Amino acid sequence: MIDKQSIENRVIDLISEQFNTPRENIKRSTTFQGGGQAGADDIGADSLDVVEFIMEVEEEFDIQVPDTDAEKIRTVGDVIDYIVAKLEERKTQEQQT
Amino acid sequence: MVTQRRRVVITGLGTVNPLGLSCAEYWRGLVNGQSGIARLTSFDTSQFKVQFGGEVKNFNPEAYFDKVSVRKIDRFTQFALVAAEEAIRDSGIDFSRENPFRCGCILGSGIGGLKEFESGHETLLSKGPTRVNPFVIPKMIVNSAAGNISIRYGLRGPNTTVSTACSSAAHAIADACTAIRCNYADIMITGGSEAAVTPMGLAGFIACRALSERNDDPAGASRPFDKDRDGFVLSEGAGILVLEEYEHAKARGANIYAEIRGAGNTADAYHITQPHEEGLGAAEAMRAAIRDAQWNPDEVQYINAHGTSTPLGDVAETKAIKLVFGEHARKLMISSTKSMIGHLLGASGGVEAVACALSIRYGVLHPTINLEHPDIESGCDLDYIPNVAREVRVKKVLSNSFGFGGHNCCLALGAV
Repeated sequence: MIDKQSIENRVIDLISEQFNTPRENIKRSTTFQGGGQAGADDIGADSLDVVEFIMEVEEEFDIQVPDTDAEKIRTVGDVIDYIVAKLEERKTQEQQT
Repeated sequence: MVTQRRRVVITGLGTVNPLGLSCAEYWRGLVNGQSGIARLTSFDTSQFKVQFGGEVKNFNPEAYFDKVSVRKIDRFTQFALVAAEEAIRDSGIDFSRENPFRCGCILGSGIGGLKEFESGHETLLSKGPTRVNPFVIPKMIVNSAAGNISIRYGLRGPNTTVSTACSSAAHAIADACTAIRCNYADIMITGGSEAAVTPMGLAGFIACRALSERNDDPAGASRPFDKDRDGFVLSEGAGILVLEEYEHAKARGANIYAEIRGAGNTADAYHITQPHEEGLGAAEAMRAAIRDAQWNPDEVQYINAHGTSTPLGDVAETKAIKLVFGEHARKLMISSTKSMIGHLLGASGGVEAVACALSIRYGVLHPTINLEHPDIESGCDLDYIPNVAREVRVKKVLSNSFGFGGHNCCLALGAV
Protein backbone atom coordinates (compact mmCIF):
# COMPACT_ATOMS: atom_id res chain seq x y z
CA MET A 1 0.00 0.00 0.00
CA ILE A 2 1.11 3.56 -0.72
CA ASP A 3 1.14 5.56 2.53
CA LYS A 4 -0.86 8.63 1.46
CA GLN A 5 -0.41 10.44 4.76
CA SER A 6 3.35 10.13 4.51
CA ILE A 7 3.29 11.51 0.95
CA GLU A 8 1.10 14.40 2.03
CA ASN A 9 3.54 15.19 4.82
CA ARG A 10 6.53 15.09 2.50
CA VAL A 11 4.80 17.35 -0.06
CA ILE A 12 3.88 19.84 2.65
CA ASP A 13 7.47 19.79 3.91
CA LEU A 14 8.74 20.53 0.40
CA ILE A 15 6.32 23.42 -0.07
CA SER A 16 7.01 24.80 3.37
CA GLU A 17 10.75 24.75 2.68
CA GLN A 18 10.67 26.08 -0.88
CA PHE A 19 8.17 28.87 -0.29
CA ASN A 20 9.10 29.57 3.34
CA THR A 21 5.45 29.07 4.30
CA PRO A 22 4.29 27.77 7.71
CA ARG A 23 2.99 24.18 7.43
CA GLU A 24 -0.33 25.15 8.99
CA ASN A 25 -1.02 27.49 6.03
CA ILE A 26 -0.70 24.63 3.55
CA LYS A 27 -4.02 22.83 2.99
CA ARG A 28 -5.11 20.43 0.29
CA SER A 29 -7.20 23.23 -1.20
CA THR A 30 -4.34 25.77 -1.22
CA THR A 31 -3.55 26.97 -4.75
CA PHE A 32 -0.06 27.67 -6.08
CA GLN A 33 -0.70 30.62 -8.37
CA GLY A 34 -4.02 32.05 -7.25
CA GLY A 35 -2.73 35.49 -8.06
CA GLY A 36 -3.74 36.75 -4.66
CA GLN A 37 -1.74 37.55 -1.57
CA ALA A 38 0.30 34.68 -0.16
CA GLY A 39 -1.64 33.22 2.73
CA ALA A 40 -3.81 30.31 3.77
CA ASP A 41 -5.55 29.99 0.39
CA ASP A 42 -2.62 30.58 -1.94
CA ILE A 43 1.14 29.98 -1.97
CA GLY A 44 1.75 33.16 -3.98
CA ALA A 45 3.97 31.39 -6.52
CA ASP A 46 4.73 32.42 -10.08
CA SER A 47 5.17 30.11 -13.07
CA LEU A 48 8.93 29.67 -12.53
CA ASP A 49 8.34 28.80 -8.88
CA VAL A 50 5.98 26.05 -9.97
CA VAL A 51 8.48 24.69 -12.50
CA GLU A 52 11.11 24.60 -9.76
CA PHE A 53 8.71 22.97 -7.32
CA ILE A 54 7.75 20.25 -9.80
CA MET A 55 11.44 19.52 -10.29
CA GLU A 56 11.78 19.16 -6.52
CA VAL A 57 8.84 16.74 -6.53
CA GLU A 58 10.45 14.70 -9.34
CA GLU A 59 13.65 14.48 -7.34
CA GLU A 60 12.00 13.70 -4.00
CA PHE A 61 9.69 10.96 -5.32
CA ASP A 62 11.84 9.78 -8.21
CA ILE A 63 9.08 10.29 -10.77
CA GLN A 64 8.77 12.11 -14.09
CA VAL A 65 6.12 14.81 -14.43
CA PRO A 66 5.54 15.69 -18.09
CA ASP A 67 4.72 19.37 -18.76
CA THR A 68 1.22 18.40 -19.93
CA ASP A 69 0.55 16.91 -16.47
CA ALA A 70 2.30 19.73 -14.62
CA GLU A 71 0.02 22.28 -16.31
CA LYS A 72 -3.04 20.64 -14.74
CA ILE A 73 -1.75 21.00 -11.18
CA ARG A 74 -3.54 23.85 -9.42
CA THR A 75 -3.68 22.94 -5.74
CA VAL A 76 -1.64 21.16 -3.12
CA GLY A 77 -4.20 18.34 -3.22
CA ASP A 78 -3.61 17.98 -6.98
CA VAL A 79 0.09 17.37 -6.36
CA ILE A 80 -0.52 14.81 -3.62
CA ASP A 81 -3.09 12.93 -5.70
CA TYR A 82 -0.83 13.00 -8.75
CA ILE A 83 2.13 11.55 -6.83
CA VAL A 84 -0.03 8.87 -5.20
CA ALA A 85 -1.42 7.87 -8.61
CA LYS A 86 2.07 7.78 -10.14
CA LEU A 87 3.46 5.65 -7.32
CA GLU A 88 0.51 3.28 -7.39
CA GLU A 89 0.86 2.92 -11.13
CA ARG A 90 4.52 2.08 -10.70
CA LYS A 91 3.77 -0.44 -7.96
CA THR A 92 1.20 -2.19 -10.14
CA GLN A 93 3.69 -2.41 -13.00
CA GLU A 94 6.35 -3.80 -10.66
CA GLN A 95 3.94 -6.46 -9.37
CA GLN A 96 3.05 -7.48 -12.93
CA THR A 97 6.67 -7.95 -13.95
CA MET B 1 20.51 81.38 -26.29
CA VAL B 2 22.35 78.66 -24.50
CA THR B 3 20.27 76.44 -22.26
CA GLN B 4 21.85 75.89 -18.89
CA ARG B 5 23.08 72.35 -18.41
CA ARG B 6 21.23 70.26 -15.85
CA ARG B 7 23.64 69.53 -12.99
CA VAL B 8 23.98 66.09 -11.44
CA VAL B 9 24.84 65.59 -7.78
CA ILE B 10 25.50 62.61 -5.52
CA THR B 11 23.02 62.40 -2.66
CA GLY B 12 23.43 58.84 -1.41
CA LEU B 13 26.19 56.26 -1.05
CA GLY B 14 26.24 52.55 -0.29
CA THR B 15 28.71 49.71 -0.45
CA VAL B 16 29.62 46.19 0.56
CA ASN B 17 33.26 45.29 -0.07
CA PRO B 18 36.21 43.50 1.54
CA LEU B 19 36.58 46.30 4.12
CA GLY B 20 33.01 46.17 5.39
CA LEU B 21 29.29 46.11 4.88
CA SER B 22 28.64 49.86 4.94
CA CYS B 23 30.19 53.17 3.88
CA ALA B 24 31.12 53.90 7.49
CA GLU B 25 33.18 50.71 7.82
CA TYR B 26 34.66 51.20 4.35
CA TRP B 27 35.74 54.78 5.01
CA ARG B 28 37.25 53.91 8.40
CA GLY B 29 39.28 51.13 6.74
CA LEU B 30 40.42 53.38 3.88
CA VAL B 31 41.65 56.26 6.01
CA ASN B 32 43.41 53.86 8.37
CA GLY B 33 45.16 52.18 5.47
CA GLN B 34 43.73 48.73 6.23
CA SER B 35 43.84 45.82 3.83
CA GLY B 36 40.70 43.74 3.25
CA ILE B 37 42.65 41.01 1.46
CA ALA B 38 43.00 37.55 3.02
CA ARG B 39 43.08 33.85 2.25
CA LEU B 40 39.91 32.77 0.46
CA THR B 41 37.41 30.84 2.56
CA SER B 42 34.36 30.35 0.33
CA PHE B 43 35.81 27.42 -1.63
CA ASP B 44 38.79 25.07 -1.54
CA THR B 45 41.73 26.76 -3.26
CA SER B 46 44.29 24.00 -2.71
CA GLN B 47 44.52 23.34 -6.48
CA PHE B 48 44.87 27.04 -7.33
CA LYS B 49 48.12 28.92 -7.80
CA VAL B 50 46.50 31.95 -6.11
CA GLN B 51 44.76 31.28 -2.80
CA PHE B 52 43.79 34.72 -1.55
CA GLY B 53 41.55 37.57 -2.55
CA GLY B 54 39.09 40.18 -1.37
CA GLU B 55 35.93 38.45 -0.18
CA VAL B 56 33.01 40.30 1.34
CA LYS B 57 33.20 38.97 4.88
CA ASN B 58 30.34 38.11 7.25
CA PHE B 59 27.78 38.75 4.52
CA ASN B 60 24.56 37.04 5.53
CA PRO B 61 21.96 37.66 2.83
CA GLU B 62 19.17 36.37 5.09
CA ALA B 63 19.79 39.36 7.35
CA TYR B 64 18.50 41.51 4.45
CA PHE B 65 16.07 39.35 2.47
CA ASP B 66 13.68 36.51 3.20
CA LYS B 67 14.90 32.99 2.45
CA VAL B 68 12.89 32.60 -0.75
CA SER B 69 14.18 35.85 -2.27
CA VAL B 70 17.79 34.97 -1.39
CA ARG B 71 17.49 31.73 -3.35
CA LYS B 72 16.28 33.57 -6.43
CA ILE B 73 19.14 36.09 -6.76
CA ASP B 74 22.84 35.56 -7.34
CA ARG B 75 25.42 36.92 -4.91
CA PHE B 76 26.25 39.88 -7.20
CA THR B 77 22.60 40.97 -7.14
CA GLN B 78 22.48 40.50 -3.36
CA PHE B 79 25.47 42.85 -3.04
CA ALA B 80 23.84 45.39 -5.35
CA LEU B 81 20.53 45.33 -3.47
CA VAL B 82 22.17 45.72 -0.06
CA ALA B 83 24.40 48.58 -1.22
CA ALA B 84 21.46 50.24 -3.01
CA GLU B 85 19.36 50.07 0.15
CA GLU B 86 22.12 51.84 2.10
CA ALA B 87 22.51 54.48 -0.63
CA ILE B 88 18.77 55.12 -0.91
CA ARG B 89 18.33 55.33 2.87
CA ASP B 90 21.32 57.70 2.96
CA SER B 91 19.74 59.91 0.28
CA GLY B 92 16.47 60.23 2.20
CA ILE B 93 14.52 59.79 -1.03
CA ASP B 94 11.01 58.42 -0.64
CA PHE B 95 10.20 56.86 -4.02
CA SER B 96 6.50 56.80 -3.22
CA ARG B 97 6.59 60.59 -3.57
CA GLU B 98 8.46 60.58 -6.89
CA ASN B 99 7.22 60.08 -10.44
CA PRO B 100 8.41 56.49 -11.04
CA PHE B 101 9.12 57.18 -14.71
CA ARG B 102 11.65 59.86 -13.70
CA CYS B 103 13.63 57.43 -11.52
CA GLY B 104 15.93 54.80 -13.01
CA CYS B 105 18.84 52.49 -12.48
CA ILE B 106 21.98 51.94 -14.57
CA LEU B 107 24.48 49.50 -13.12
CA GLY B 108 27.76 47.99 -14.21
CA SER B 109 28.97 44.43 -13.86
CA GLY B 110 31.81 42.77 -15.69
CA ILE B 111 30.59 39.21 -15.42
CA GLY B 112 27.22 38.97 -13.65
CA GLY B 113 26.02 35.83 -11.88
CA LEU B 114 29.08 33.65 -12.32
CA LYS B 115 28.43 31.53 -9.23
CA GLU B 116 24.97 30.69 -10.52
CA PHE B 117 26.32 29.91 -13.97
CA GLU B 118 28.90 27.55 -12.47
CA SER B 119 26.43 25.67 -10.29
CA GLY B 120 23.86 25.48 -13.12
CA HIS B 121 26.49 24.13 -15.48
CA GLU B 122 27.56 21.55 -12.91
CA THR B 123 23.95 20.36 -12.66
CA LEU B 124 23.74 20.18 -16.45
CA LEU B 125 26.82 17.96 -16.62
CA SER B 126 26.07 15.77 -13.62
CA LYS B 127 22.28 15.37 -13.80
CA GLY B 128 21.37 16.33 -17.35
CA PRO B 129 19.42 19.13 -19.03
CA THR B 130 16.07 18.37 -17.39
CA ARG B 131 17.49 19.12 -13.92
CA VAL B 132 18.66 22.67 -14.71
CA ASN B 133 16.84 25.08 -12.39
CA PRO B 134 14.43 27.61 -13.97
CA PHE B 135 16.11 30.44 -12.05
CA VAL B 136 19.58 29.86 -13.55
CA ILE B 137 19.05 32.36 -16.37
CA PRO B 138 17.27 35.12 -14.40
CA LYS B 139 19.97 34.81 -11.71
CA MET B 140 23.02 34.82 -13.94
CA ILE B 141 22.14 37.51 -16.51
CA VAL B 142 24.31 40.55 -16.01
CA ASN B 143 21.32 42.92 -15.92
CA SER B 144 19.71 40.99 -13.06
CA ALA B 145 20.92 43.47 -10.41
CA ALA B 146 19.49 46.54 -12.18
CA GLY B 147 16.23 44.68 -12.87
CA ASN B 148 15.85 43.60 -9.26
CA ILE B 149 16.53 47.12 -7.96
CA SER B 150 13.85 48.54 -10.26
CA ILE B 151 11.36 45.94 -9.03
CA ARG B 152 12.16 46.50 -5.36
CA TYR B 153 11.79 50.30 -5.49
CA GLY B 154 9.33 50.66 -8.37
CA LEU B 155 11.75 52.59 -10.60
CA ARG B 156 10.20 52.78 -14.06
CA GLY B 157 12.63 55.19 -15.73
CA PRO B 158 15.79 54.37 -17.71
CA ASN B 159 17.14 50.96 -16.73
CA THR B 160 20.15 49.37 -18.38
CA THR B 161 23.35 47.55 -17.56
CA VAL B 162 26.82 48.34 -18.80
CA SER B 163 29.42 45.62 -19.18
CA THR B 164 32.89 46.90 -19.99
CA ALA B 165 34.91 44.59 -17.73
CA CYS B 166 36.76 46.59 -15.06
CA SER B 167 35.39 49.94 -16.22
CA SER B 168 31.72 48.82 -16.09
CA ALA B 169 30.66 50.77 -13.00
CA ALA B 170 32.39 53.97 -14.11
CA HIS B 171 30.67 53.77 -17.50
CA ALA B 172 27.37 53.08 -15.74
CA ILE B 173 27.81 56.20 -13.59
CA ALA B 174 28.64 58.22 -16.70
CA ASP B 175 25.50 56.92 -18.44
CA ALA B 176 23.35 57.59 -15.38
CA CYS B 177 24.74 61.12 -15.27
CA THR B 178 23.86 61.55 -18.96
CA ALA B 179 20.32 60.31 -18.30
CA ILE B 180 19.80 63.11 -15.77
CA ARG B 181 21.62 65.77 -17.77
CA CYS B 182 19.58 64.98 -20.89
CA ASN B 183 16.37 65.17 -18.86
CA TYR B 184 15.42 61.50 -19.21
CA ALA B 185 15.34 61.20 -15.42
CA ASP B 186 15.70 63.15 -12.17
CA ILE B 187 17.02 60.38 -9.93
CA MET B 188 19.29 57.49 -10.92
CA ILE B 189 20.61 54.59 -8.87
CA THR B 190 24.01 53.70 -10.30
CA GLY B 191 27.38 52.08 -9.67
CA GLY B 192 28.36 48.46 -9.99
CA SER B 193 28.41 45.02 -8.49
CA GLU B 194 30.54 41.93 -8.93
CA ALA B 195 30.82 38.50 -7.33
CA ALA B 196 33.35 36.63 -9.42
CA VAL B 197 35.48 35.24 -6.61
CA THR B 198 34.50 31.74 -7.70
CA PRO B 199 36.50 28.74 -8.89
CA MET B 200 36.04 29.72 -12.56
CA GLY B 201 36.67 33.42 -11.94
CA LEU B 202 39.86 32.70 -10.04
CA ALA B 203 41.12 30.05 -12.48
CA GLY B 204 40.40 32.31 -15.44
CA PHE B 205 42.27 35.31 -14.08
CA ILE B 206 45.16 33.09 -12.99
CA ALA B 207 45.32 31.77 -16.55
CA CYS B 208 45.47 35.38 -17.87
CA ARG B 209 48.55 35.86 -15.66
CA ALA B 210 46.78 38.90 -14.26
CA LEU B 211 46.85 38.12 -10.53
CA SER B 212 49.40 38.61 -7.79
CA GLU B 213 50.75 35.30 -6.54
CA ARG B 214 51.91 36.56 -3.17
CA ASN B 215 50.21 33.76 -1.19
CA ASP B 216 52.47 34.21 1.82
CA ASP B 217 51.41 37.85 2.29
CA PRO B 218 47.84 38.49 1.06
CA ALA B 219 47.57 41.90 2.74
CA GLY B 220 50.75 43.00 0.97
CA ALA B 221 49.78 41.62 -2.44
CA SER B 222 48.01 44.65 -3.89
CA ARG B 223 50.84 47.19 -4.11
CA PRO B 224 50.12 49.63 -6.93
CA PHE B 225 53.10 51.64 -8.21
CA ASP B 226 55.50 49.63 -6.00
CA LYS B 227 58.43 47.99 -7.77
CA ASP B 228 57.59 44.59 -6.22
CA ARG B 229 54.02 44.50 -7.51
CA ASP B 230 53.13 41.34 -9.40
CA GLY B 231 49.49 41.61 -10.42
CA PHE B 232 46.06 42.51 -9.12
CA VAL B 233 44.00 40.89 -6.37
CA LEU B 234 40.60 39.44 -7.28
CA SER B 235 37.83 40.92 -5.12
CA GLU B 236 34.07 41.25 -4.94
CA GLY B 237 31.44 43.67 -3.72
CA ALA B 238 29.30 46.59 -4.82
CA GLY B 239 29.47 50.36 -4.79
CA ILE B 240 26.22 52.23 -5.39
CA LEU B 241 25.45 55.95 -5.70
CA VAL B 242 22.23 57.89 -5.84
CA LEU B 243 22.52 60.60 -8.49
CA GLU B 244 20.03 63.40 -8.53
CA GLU B 245 19.38 66.51 -10.56
CA TYR B 246 20.76 69.45 -8.57
CA GLU B 247 17.57 71.53 -8.32
CA HIS B 248 15.58 68.43 -7.38
CA ALA B 249 18.07 67.66 -4.62
CA LYS B 250 18.12 71.27 -3.40
CA ALA B 251 14.34 71.50 -3.33
CA ARG B 252 14.08 68.61 -0.89
CA GLY B 253 17.02 69.83 1.22
CA ALA B 254 19.14 66.80 0.35
CA ASN B 255 22.57 66.13 1.73
CA ILE B 256 24.87 66.63 -1.30
CA TYR B 257 28.25 64.89 -1.28
CA ALA B 258 29.62 66.08 -4.60
CA GLU B 259 28.75 66.80 -8.20
CA ILE B 260 29.44 64.57 -11.18
CA ARG B 261 30.92 67.24 -13.42
CA GLY B 262 31.72 65.09 -16.39
CA ALA B 263 33.04 61.93 -17.91
CA GLY B 264 35.44 60.85 -20.62
CA ASN B 265 35.03 57.68 -22.55
CA THR B 266 37.55 56.21 -24.98
CA ALA B 267 38.96 52.92 -26.25
CA ASP B 268 42.60 51.92 -26.69
CA ALA B 269 41.87 49.99 -29.90
CA TYR B 270 45.08 48.16 -29.15
CA HIS B 271 44.98 44.84 -27.26
CA ILE B 272 42.26 42.79 -25.55
CA THR B 273 43.98 42.65 -22.13
CA GLN B 274 47.04 44.91 -22.21
CA PRO B 275 46.84 48.66 -21.83
CA HIS B 276 48.26 50.84 -24.59
CA GLU B 277 51.91 51.29 -23.60
CA GLU B 278 51.83 55.07 -23.83
CA GLY B 279 48.43 55.29 -22.17
CA LEU B 280 46.96 57.11 -25.19
CA GLY B 281 43.36 56.00 -24.61
CA ALA B 282 43.55 56.57 -20.87
CA ALA B 283 45.03 60.05 -21.40
CA GLU B 284 42.28 61.06 -23.81
CA ALA B 285 39.62 59.78 -21.37
CA MET B 286 41.04 62.11 -18.71
CA ARG B 287 41.22 65.04 -21.13
CA ALA B 288 37.64 64.43 -22.20
CA ALA B 289 36.43 64.29 -18.59
CA ILE B 290 38.24 67.56 -17.80
CA ARG B 291 36.71 69.24 -20.86
CA ASP B 292 33.26 67.93 -19.98
CA ALA B 293 33.72 69.28 -16.45
CA GLN B 294 34.72 72.67 -17.92
CA TRP B 295 37.92 72.70 -15.87
CA ASN B 296 41.53 73.47 -16.73
CA PRO B 297 43.86 70.49 -16.27
CA ASP B 298 45.93 72.34 -13.66
CA GLU B 299 42.85 72.76 -11.45
CA VAL B 300 42.62 69.01 -10.83
CA GLN B 301 43.95 68.18 -7.35
CA TYR B 302 43.47 64.45 -6.91
CA ILE B 303 43.17 61.35 -9.07
CA ASN B 304 41.71 58.13 -7.75
CA ALA B 305 43.83 55.92 -9.97
CA HIS B 306 42.74 52.75 -11.65
CA GLY B 307 46.01 51.52 -10.05
CA THR B 308 45.48 47.78 -10.19
CA SER B 309 49.03 46.75 -9.17
CA THR B 310 49.78 45.05 -12.49
CA PRO B 311 53.28 45.58 -13.89
CA LEU B 312 52.09 47.16 -17.17
CA GLY B 313 48.92 48.93 -16.02
CA ASP B 314 50.43 51.18 -13.36
CA VAL B 315 53.21 52.33 -15.69
CA ALA B 316 50.79 53.08 -18.54
CA GLU B 317 48.46 55.00 -16.22
CA THR B 318 51.33 57.08 -14.86
CA LYS B 319 52.47 57.85 -18.42
CA ALA B 320 48.92 58.86 -19.31
CA ILE B 321 48.72 61.20 -16.31
CA LYS B 322 52.00 62.84 -17.34
CA LEU B 323 50.76 63.21 -20.93
CA VAL B 324 47.64 65.03 -19.78
CA PHE B 325 49.03 67.19 -17.00
CA GLY B 326 52.67 67.85 -17.93
CA GLU B 327 54.38 69.70 -15.09
CA HIS B 328 51.16 69.75 -13.05
CA ALA B 329 51.42 65.94 -12.73
CA ARG B 330 54.07 66.56 -10.01
CA LYS B 331 51.58 68.54 -7.94
CA LEU B 332 48.74 66.04 -8.29
CA MET B 333 47.87 63.74 -5.43
CA ILE B 334 47.06 60.23 -6.62
CA SER B 335 46.02 57.10 -4.74
CA SER B 336 44.74 53.61 -5.43
CA THR B 337 41.75 52.28 -3.52
CA LYS B 338 42.65 48.83 -4.89
CA SER B 339 45.74 48.77 -2.68
CA MET B 340 43.33 48.08 0.21
CA ILE B 341 40.30 46.33 -1.26
CA GLY B 342 41.80 44.70 -4.35
CA HIS B 343 40.11 44.76 -7.72
CA LEU B 344 36.31 44.53 -7.70
CA LEU B 345 36.30 44.29 -11.52
CA GLY B 346 33.00 45.70 -12.81
CA ALA B 347 32.19 47.16 -9.38
CA SER B 348 35.52 48.94 -8.92
CA GLY B 349 34.44 52.24 -10.50
CA GLY B 350 31.47 52.27 -8.12
CA VAL B 351 33.38 51.74 -4.88
CA GLU B 352 36.02 54.19 -6.08
CA ALA B 353 33.44 56.87 -6.88
CA VAL B 354 32.08 56.31 -3.35
CA ALA B 355 35.63 56.84 -2.02
CA CYS B 356 35.98 60.06 -4.06
CA ALA B 357 32.65 61.42 -2.79
CA LEU B 358 33.70 60.67 0.81
CA SER B 359 37.12 62.26 0.22
CA ILE B 360 35.44 65.47 -0.95
CA ARG B 361 33.01 65.34 1.98
CA TYR B 362 35.54 64.69 4.76
CA GLY B 363 38.64 66.44 3.42
CA VAL B 364 40.78 63.33 3.66
CA LEU B 365 42.51 61.45 0.84
CA HIS B 366 43.08 57.78 1.51
CA PRO B 367 46.57 56.38 0.89
CA THR B 368 48.03 53.84 -1.49
CA ILE B 369 49.16 51.14 0.91
CA ASN B 370 52.07 48.72 0.44
CA LEU B 371 53.93 51.43 -1.43
CA GLU B 372 57.36 50.79 0.06
CA HIS B 373 59.60 51.21 -2.98
CA PRO B 374 57.97 53.26 -5.74
CA ASP B 375 58.82 51.88 -9.18
CA ILE B 376 60.79 54.98 -10.15
CA GLU B 377 62.83 53.10 -12.76
CA SER B 378 59.65 52.51 -14.72
CA GLY B 379 58.57 56.10 -14.30
CA CYS B 380 56.21 55.68 -11.34
CA ASP B 381 57.55 58.76 -9.58
CA LEU B 382 54.44 60.79 -8.79
CA ASP B 383 52.79 61.52 -5.43
CA TYR B 384 50.74 58.39 -4.81
CA ILE B 385 49.99 59.30 -1.16
CA PRO B 386 52.10 56.41 0.17
CA ASN B 387 50.76 54.45 3.14
CA VAL B 388 49.30 57.30 5.22
CA ALA B 389 46.07 59.19 4.58
CA ARG B 390 46.34 62.93 3.99
CA GLU B 391 44.05 65.61 5.36
CA VAL B 392 43.42 67.99 2.51
CA ARG B 393 40.29 69.64 1.15
CA VAL B 394 39.88 68.78 -2.51
CA LYS B 395 37.33 70.29 -4.88
CA LYS B 396 38.25 68.79 -8.23
CA VAL B 397 39.02 65.09 -8.57
CA LEU B 398 39.17 62.46 -11.27
CA SER B 399 38.47 58.74 -10.98
CA ASN B 400 40.02 56.43 -13.58
CA SER B 401 38.72 53.02 -14.64
CA PHE B 402 40.12 50.91 -17.46
CA GLY B 403 38.85 47.52 -18.60
CA PHE B 404 39.90 44.44 -20.53
CA GLY B 405 38.86 45.14 -24.09
CA GLY B 406 40.65 48.48 -23.93
CA HIS B 407 37.72 50.44 -22.49
CA ASN B 408 38.63 53.62 -20.61
CA CYS B 409 36.40 55.80 -18.47
CA CYS B 410 37.31 58.81 -16.39
CA LEU B 411 34.82 60.53 -14.10
CA ALA B 412 35.21 64.13 -12.95
CA LEU B 413 33.79 64.81 -9.49
CA GLY B 414 33.64 68.24 -7.94
CA ALA B 415 32.70 69.82 -4.64
CA VAL B 416 29.40 71.70 -4.80
